Amino acid sequence: MAYSTKVVDHYENPRNVGSFGTQKEIKERKDVGVGLVGAPECGDVMQLQIKVDEATGKIEDAKFKCFGCGSAIASSSLATEWLKGRTVDEGLAIKNTEIVEELSLPPVKIHCSVLAEDAIRAAIADYKTKNGIEAKEPAHAH
Amino acid sequence: MSLKLPIYFDHAATTPCDPRVVEAMLPYFTEVYGNPGSRNHSFGWAGEAAVDTARDQVSNLIGADRKEVVFTSGATESNNLAIKGGAQMYAKKPAGSTGRGHVITATHEHKATLDPCKRLQKEGFDVTFLEPGRDGIITAEMVKNAMRDDTILVSLLWANNEIGTINEVPEIGALCHDRGVIFHVDGTQWVGKMPTDVNAAQIDLMSFSAHKMYGPKGVGGLYVRRRRPRVRLTALAEGGGQERGFRSGTLNVTGIVGLGKAAELASQEMTKDADRLRKLRDRIETTVTEKLDTVQINGHREKRLPHMTNISFGFVEGESLMMACKDIAMSSGSACTSASLEPSYVLKALGVGDDLAHSSLRLSLGRWTTEEEVHYATNKIIESVEKLRVLSPLYDMHNEGIDITKIEWAAH
Repeated sequence: MAYSTKVVDHYENPRNVGSFGTQKEIKERKDVGVGLVGAPECGDVMQLQIKVDEATGKIEDAKFKCFGCGSAIASSSLATEWLKGRTVDEGLAIKNTEIVEELSLPPVKIHCSVLAEDAIRAAIADYKTKNGIEAKEPAHAH
Repeated sequence: MSLKLPIYFDHAATTPCDPRVVEAMLPYFTEVYGNPGSRNHSFGWAGEAAVDTARDQVSNLIGADRKEVVFTSGATESNNLAIKGGAQMYAKKPAGSTGRGHVITATHEHKATLDPCKRLQKEGFDVTFLEPGRDGIITAEMVKNAMRDDTILVSLLWANNEIGTINEVPEIGALCHDRGVIFHVDGTQWVGKMPTDVNAAQIDLMSFSAHKMYGPKGVGGLYVRRRRPRVRLTALAEGGGQERGFRSGTLNVTGIVGLGKAAELASQEMTKDADRLRKLRDRIETTVTEKLDTVQINGHREKRLPHMTNISFGFVEGESLMMACKDIAMSSGSACTSASLEPSYVLKALGVGDDLAHSSLRLSLGRWTTEEEVHYATNKIIESVEKLRVLSPLYDMHNEGIDITKIEWAAH
């Protein structure tokens, strides 16, 4: 299967790869929200982290790591780009369909975009829970 | 020698045609085009002579009598003819009834065996799907334990197409002949690569394909034993009665000539090829296991084909690994493109975890594989695994001492 130019670009030059600490550290950091979604046996695991500026409430930095195919890597790389500069609630507005469109994902790869949306939601929910902010909507299930 | 990219390491999927095979085939497109079924003129006789030569070349390769070779369109058709045609012929009860007979195969067979067997289940036959051990091998003991009074057919691969492991074919052949059970072997990956003697291995039916042994696509054959026992089959394709009535249809003379030539070359070159490729394959395995941690070679280490390897690189997904090595053609047990998200059922049958099945690559080398290609590909794979592990959250967890099998992953 041929990948789109944008998928290849994100795959070859992934943006914002990394972590704001070890698993233990990021669990404890209140300014960091972590979303870990997918499962190794499904062939996709995404870890998305957001770092929120307390004063402005904006996502000042985002990082990802991904075990998955090229489209999964590109979807999570793109998600970190889109999250930066948004407030957490603005982050929730990112839809998987926008990722599909931006990366020209074929139908068999739509689940990669769904997983990226899940990761965004999970990271934001984690941040809110850590900071005692009530979640406005239930976590996305599929 | 200069390295030419991309590199082809997918010879278990198909092989290039040997130029000597193509040369042998060429006259049969435009000059010698008679139908071997035309018994009344020289054009037909020339076609028949060409087919006879090919039949000799093929029967020499497998230790059979020339009359025991039935030409088909390839191993999938041969498997269908052997399994469905065999079961129909040896059924204990007529169509429409249940309990028509028992068939033994294995869970990690090729789909061209599994699907005909599933068809038999719908048509009143019982089928046992044997589960291999972790080494991927089906032993005579496993077959023996599954045998019943009404067992009519055993159908197994000689060597598995994903991991190259070799089943205990001669031992199973002896067992089947003891019990009067027909033994079908899918020799697609084996024939032309490894020494084959249908009598020594006591095989009754054996499928093979030209395009896996440097011949053309679209042609293959089924060995059908004529003596002790004389095996009968219900034909699937009926018509002109060609190939002793087992397979009607005008013979693909050009393709058959190609298969014959490929078989002749295989007889002469397989030992040399196998020795050379085993060394190259071993070098790949030694280097990747030296340079990378958490690497697993799937299937029995010795009892497998010398020219292929199936390796799982922990914490790296196979499809993204192939994308990183885009100038190397390989296969992966990852099924990221399939709707089911299910990884290789062959690796699962061996008890390889789903995560490691998603992380697997199959590399299969061939007659023209060079040392330079092996060197380049090995380095490229190592470099790509390292790159992807930087990206892998699972590798981080592994390094932090977290057992990823203990995490409650959300299924999706």
